[in-house]
Amino acid sequence: MHELAITQSMFDLVLEQAKKAGAKKVGKINLVIGEMTGVVGDCVQFYFDFISKGTLAEGAVLSFVMVPPKARCQGCDKLFELKEFDWTCPYCGGNNLQIVAGKELFVESIEVE
Amino acid sequence: MEIKVIKDILGANDQIARKNRQLFDSNKVFVVNVMASPGAGKTSVIMETIKRLKGKTRVGVVEGDISSSLDAEAISQEDVPVVQINTGGECHLDANMTATALGDLPLKDIDLLLIENVGNLVCPAEFSLGEDIRILIASTPEGDDKPFKYPLMFHEADVVLINKIDLLPYLKFDVDAFSNTIKGINRKVKIFPVSCTTGEGIEAWVYWLLGRMGQK
Repeated sequence: MHELAITQSMFDLVLEQAKKAGAKKVGKINLVIGEMTGVVGDCVQFYFDFISKGTLAEGAVLSFVMVPPKARCQGCDKLFELKEFDWTCPYCGGNNLQIVAGKELFVESIEVE
Repeated sequence: MEIKVIKDILGANDQIARKNRQLFDSNKVFVVNVMASPGAGKTSVIMETIKRLKGKTRVGVVEGDISSSLDAEAISQEDVPVVQINTGGECHLDANMTATALGDLPLKDIDLLLIENVGNLVCPAEFSLGEDIRILIASTPEGDDKPFKYPLMFHEADVVLINKIDLLPYLKFDVDAFSNTIKGINRKVKIFPVSCTTGEGIEAWVYWLLGRMGQK
């Protein structure tokens, strides 16, 4: 639902970086998205195509690296991927977890001409 | 040519949020971002909180809604300064909308600012407004499976109010299991079961809030 605002911010950031590099065209945008953010890639692409019309980022391909949520158990110190509907440690059964991945929302790099 | 960027997509929002925070701090305003799904009781919790703080602290309210000013009108009956933000379709408040609303509030005469976010369990979690704490109101009719479905929201909350506990006899809602799940996602969270209808639990929440404000 919040993809429009996120796409607009991402577009602003990409354009700023591309202009700074003196680029004429943005070919590809590499994004890293944590699955906990609930951001839907198709939705971002849809908004991006709309927002980028007539700019140097028009037609850019968006590439998404989706990061599954991972947690570290504060009881036994094991690192594991969080499965849906299960917020307990699969090793010791504890529920004192620190989330260490899955909330990412950043532009890794852009490919420009 | 590839250009390394590695920049947070919401960096621009966070920057404005930091400015809001500085403004709040310089005016000694404690700010609470109130988040929940539609109908969970955000406005009711805000009204009950205001009633119990009368004479103890000066409250102001920012009301965020996609449209209408119904909530702001209800809250203005409590005789506190209130500003309505209509997001015009956006599903959350962001730092910039909040900054715009702040110009219409007498910050110097406010100790506690309650910001009611748009009813939504997904989007508001991503957008910092410059608040001191985030509270999430989860109501019993919504079901006790919500932390599984919206983990980020529960992870980002400082406080969870379990609202409408007066309805527990009619619902399959396990308060202990619900609380344990939230603690798994977010160890430091404070949980208060409350009912805005009977008033149960509201005192405990307000007492904690005053204590937390005192730490600022």
